[in-house]
Amino acid sequence: MDLLTELTILVLAAFVGFEVISKVPNTLHTPLMSATNAIHGIVLLGGILVIGEAGGFLNELVLVIAIAFGTINVIGGFLVTDRMLEMFKPRKPKSEEAPE
Amino acid sequence: MTLPLASVLQDPDFINVAYIVAFVLFILGIRLLTHPSTARRGNIVAAVGMAIAVAATLLTEDVGDYGLIALGIALGTVIGVPAARQVKMTAMPQMVALFNGVGGGAVALISWAEYREALHLGGNPELETLIPILFAAIIGSVSFWGSNIAFGKLQGILPGKPIQLPGQQFLNLGVLLVALVSAVLIASGTESEGLFIAILVAAALLGNMMVLPIGGADMPVVISLLNALTGLSAAAAGMALDNTALIVGGMIVGASGTILTNLMAKAMNRSIPNIVAGGFGGGGTAPGATEDGEEKPVRSTDALSVATQLSYADRVVVAPGYGMAVAQAQHTVRELGDELEKRGVEVEYAIHPVAGRMPGHMNVLLAEADVPYEALKEMDEINPSFPEVDVTLVIGANDVTNPAARENEGSPIYGMPILDVDKSEQVVVLKRSMNTGFAGIDNPLFYNENTALLFGDAKASVGEVLSAVKEL
Repeated sequence: MDLLTELTILVLAAFVGFEVISKVPNTLHTPLMSATNAIHGIVLLGGILVIGEAGGFLNELVLVIAIAFGTINVIGGFLVTDRMLEMFKPRKPKSEEAPE
Repeated sequence: MTLPLASVLQDPDFINVAYIVAFVLFILGIRLLTHPSTARRGNIVAAVGMAIAVAATLLTEDVGDYGLIALGIALGTVIGVPAARQVKMTAMPQMVALFNGVGGGAVALISWAEYREALHLGGNPELETLIPILFAAIIGSVSFWGSNIAFGKLQGILPGKPIQLPGQQFLNLGVLLVALVSAVLIASGTESEGLFIAILVAAALLGNMMVLPIGGADMPVVISLLNALTGLSAAAAGMALDNTALIVGGMIVGASGTILTNLMAKAMNRSIPNIVAGGFGGGGTAPGATEDGEEKPVRSTDALSVATQLSYADRVVVAPGYGMAVAQAQHTVRELGDELEKRGVEVEYAIHPVAGRMPGHMNVLLAEADVPYEALKEMDEINPSFPEVDVTLVIGANDVTNPAARENEGSPIYGMPILDVDKSEQVVVLKRSMNTGFAGIDNPLFYNENTALLFGDAKASVGEVLSAVKEL
């Protein structure tokens, strides 16, 4: 891919990010930060791609660590966000017997 | 013609189409995150997008070493899943900092391996690959170390107070220069792994020194900033590896993190450079903190009086802060709210944008305690109505309720928007002691005539008030 195409994608992605995200209410800022945090774990793909072409023990060690880091970022990030969001519940209809 | 399915799956076009599907899911997911009722689905949608992106990448033709990839993913899963499952809701900020840090670490390591590989293949890569690699190395390393320090501070491993070295600004500048000069040397043709490692180390020092001087109150802004930086470094790695998934995913996070950081800094009336330069958030450095130095009288109260005040009120507002999180008082607070509502008292929660250690931190805690989100009011929404509130209960919040921000031009937090709790009829402040808040600034609210203080651990105090209300 040539540089210009990549720059175009980069700039457009930035605007999409601004547009979509500027509408999130305050209430959801922590889960939002956590969810976007999980999305940048996509760097895991970089580890997967580079480990195919890299040789040598040090490179492999470094990349296995990188993949493990990326995986922690992705899986941990989405799980933690889910745990937070699980707890956002609307007001329950007022009923006398609601013993949980 | 053999294995037609496999050849379709390995077709770069197929993989790119899968990436496009992943982008759509990311964007849709974030959109759904804009409302509490769809937010959980949004997170799952984004996670599915991620799974598709990873699966498509594994299909790429020249992926080798499936064993090593499986090893890395297995290690990450074994560490990440229990950490995410077991973390307490109050410890969420440091968990996010840690997850963010490993993301930055991954970027830095990948850029290092990529550069080593390029040298091995015959020398520096072209500039359009080399520059993003250098950028990713610097930012990734800063983000990894910075996030780890933020984690250490929030977890209490490192002191929360700012740690300032003599000549800090010059040191930071010096280290930044070392990283930049090394990068420029490499970009202008020097082929040296030593220089590349120098970049990583200098950036690591910079990450440490940037976050160490920052006090507890500014932590949310810093985590958000580091989140944006990791996103940008992932996008740079994508430019280096010619991978659109990394470019788009990283950039969306870079954009969102920047917006969040700005929102938070604005809520504290601080600029980002100002925060990074350090200073505020320190104990002794705050000018005008207690200029007269003499003991001012405060009115302390007891649980029974508070219970009576609350039970006979029409409208009660709870203003929670980090103290509530530390004391794990959110469940007791909700029980108290339920008990009061049974008695016909209207109970609402006033949420300051930067209460706690992350934006929305209080929302998460109260949601965990089953408080319906309609009862949570944002600052701008509730501020005009404080004069009609009978009793405001301030639980473990300090700086976000400090009227000095409105009135005292000499105060370091002057101009920061606050919850106007002092305008309500009565204010009850639950506090452990007369210590100043994280920002180390005295709070005139405590000395007001309509303010009473209930000393003690927030959870124990709320519990006592709750049982007193039940007995009334």
